[in-house]
Amino acid sequence: MAKILIKGGRVISPAQKLDDICDVLIEKGKITAIGKKLDSKGTEVIDASGKVVTPGLVDIHVHLRDPGLEYKEDIASGTLSAVTGGFTAVACMPNTDPVNDSQTVTSYILKKAADEGHCRVFPIASITKGLDGESLTEMGELRALGVYAVSDDGKPVSNPQLMRRAMEYAKPFGLTITSHAEDLDLVGSGVMNEGPVSTELGLKGIPWVSEDSATAREVMLAEFTGAHLHVAHVSTKGSIDIVRQAKKRGVNVTCEAAPHHFTLTDDAVRGYNTNAKMNPPLRSEEDREAVRQGIADGTVDAIATDHAPHHIDEKNVEFSIAMNGIVGLETALPLTLKLVEEGVIDLPKAVALLTCGPAESLGLPVGQLEVGGAADITVIDPNLEWTVEAQKLASKSKNTPFDGWQMKGAAVCTIVAGKIAYKRG
Amino acid sequence: MSFTHKHILGIEQLAKEDIKLILDTADAFKEVNSREIKKVPTLRGKTIINAFFEASTRTRLSFEIAGKRLSADTVNISGSTSSVVKGETLEDTAKNIEAMSPDIIVIRHGHSGSPHYLAERVGCSVINAGDGTHEHPSQALLDLMTMREHKGSIEGLEVAIVGDIAHSRVVRSNIYALSKMGARVRLCGPGTMLPIGIERLGNVEVCTDMREAIKDADVVMMLRIQMERQSNIMIPSLREYARFYGLNPTNLLLAKPDAIVMHPGPMNRGVEISSVVADGVQNVILDQVENGVAVRMALLYLVSGVESMQTK
Ligand SMILES: [Zn+2]
Repeated sequence: MAKILIKGGRVISPAQKLDDICDVLIEKGKITAIGKKLDSKGTEVIDASGKVVTPGLVDIHVHLRDPGLEYKEDIASGTLSAVTGGFTAVACMPNTDPVNDSQTVTSYILKKAADEGHCRVFPIASITKGLDGESLTEMGELRALGVYAVSDDGKPVSNPQLMRRAMEYAKPFGLTITSHAEDLDLVGSGVMNEGPVSTELGLKGIPWVSEDSATAREVMLAEFTGAHLHVAHVSTKGSIDIVRQAKKRGVNVTCEAAPHHFTLTDDAVRGYNTNAKMNPPLRSEEDREAVRQGIADGTVDAIATDHAPHHIDEKNVEFSIAMNGIVGLETALPLTLKLVEEGVIDLPKAVALLTCGPAESLGLPVGQLEVGGAADITVIDPNLEWTVEAQKLASKSKNTPFDGWQMKGAAVCTIVAGKIAYKRG
Repeated sequence: MSFTHKHILGIEQLAKEDIKLILDTADAFKEVNSREIKKVPTLRGKTIINAFFEASTRTRLSFEIAGKRLSADTVNISGSTSSVVKGETLEDTAKNIEAMSPDIIVIRHGHSGSPHYLAERVGCSVINAGDGTHEHPSQALLDLMTMREHKGSIEGLEVAIVGDIAHSRVVRSNIYALSKMGARVRLCGPGTMLPIGIERLGNVEVCTDMREAIKDADVVMMLRIQMERQSNIMIPSLREYARFYGLNPTNLLLAKPDAIVMHPGPMNRGVEISSVVADGVQNVILDQVENGVAVRMALLYLVSGVESMQTK
């Protein structure tokens, strides 16, 4: 394998407290030197002057749809979408068909990712068998196979007793519980955020209290059991507040926010735009502002996309019956950099939210840039201007509300285990 | 002035002048409906498809009669006979209807936004005959026509609307139409049926007590309580509903003495409206039905782009 020298970039690795113009040398899949003016002899040189060099980006909330729903996405296309967006590692949710509730499905995903994947894949197994909300999966064995977190994402555990037991059981194995916190009784048949826009459009609303009350329950159970809770896609002011207060009390809780929630509001639904339909839904301006505030003050640990590919036939229907979710891997980086442009956070913080932040939230062994460590690296051009064209996304699915958006910033080179997995251009 | 809208998707998109033109046109067509031979050649050779994907008797009938009186060829597709029940997508339904080259599609659909969806995918005009809990523009227009007939003008009217505000498309269209024409709207209903932000849609005041809503009102509009839609967590009983949100001869005394009573039908007598009121001198409910045909004739004519009404 050829040596690669990434030359002259601004190398930012928050986990290492590194932020300096220097070179990074890669040999045999590992980083062998970080320093000024490294010798380029015998290396493939990547000129990173004017660029930002970071640990490979990590997305801890994606739906790869494989096995079973390959018409939406599969491990090859989903990981290609990931490296195109600058991600070198993704954690995929278990709501596949069959559900990833077993060693068999986890092994299948790991094998397929090793054979056909473009980046690292960390399968998240389900909390309950078949996402039935009734009986626990074999978390110990799943952990031994390389599972770091369990989640019933999309079909939240409604029974608090079961959630308590799941946390108690997961804790000694060091597993994180990722919760899609939502009270389904309060959601009812809602299809968008409940507020003036849902009233105007005559669409059934999903009230913020359906998320807040569930987040509060999860936080209290985590406080009670001492287990590590990771709250997925926090979208409301109240949930941000609950997590913020819990952290102050020392509760073992982390949380993530999705780019669409800190970028858009339920205004985007106007015109019955099914690509603005996801769960949790786009919320009010007040909620969007609170999520940004949470990102700024450290309440939010990670930015995660909730990449949710759907076939055009599942979106090209009446709003009420359209599927929930949007693809996000290829737009997350510029939308995060927009927060820097808008003064919400600085660049090192943005990098942290896309690298060590998410990695530490699930305990994944990635998100670092250090000598001796794996060469998972993303080279970012923060000034590159480009236009999102949904049809040209690497993902199999094109369901994005950002089609036609002018973006600034993109991954120009994504390196996974020392190999160039993606090069823009 | 000329009418520039190809579709009637909602009142939200219409300007005050558009509404006035529709009402004036409807007044002219109403005269046709009083003739011995109630037919004019205005839309001869035009094809209108009434696509009703949700049960409706009176609106469908009203549109059908309106089309026939304008000499158009009208065809009905209804929820039970259409392919929707076989699981065909609205997109495929739209393509199939489109292939038959209609000039106007009148659509009633259970999902909010369906007429907008259809309008983006067909070449002909689309008229919304009620979409989900969103809008019901022809109903609001016939309501305004009726108010104008009885009150002379819409401007300055105090209009109380009482009932299930959350699930009512009639309310949303009426709020837009009345606000644009200079009337004030007071809404009242059980707390479970008042949606967040409804007051932002127009010149609206939300009242928690029905007596407050109808006090000195010029118009009292009662909404049908959808018995089939109510589970016992929205209202405890129809009996209690009638007591707090039903119109009866006693609370009607709070309205102006010459107030008119309206209802989009079909009525639940003894629930949202007592029979005494429903049949009383102040009710204009059958005028609404009659005006419905004239308003729908006006809408069909105006979106068709035909030059002349040809009512002579
Ligand atoms: Zn989720």
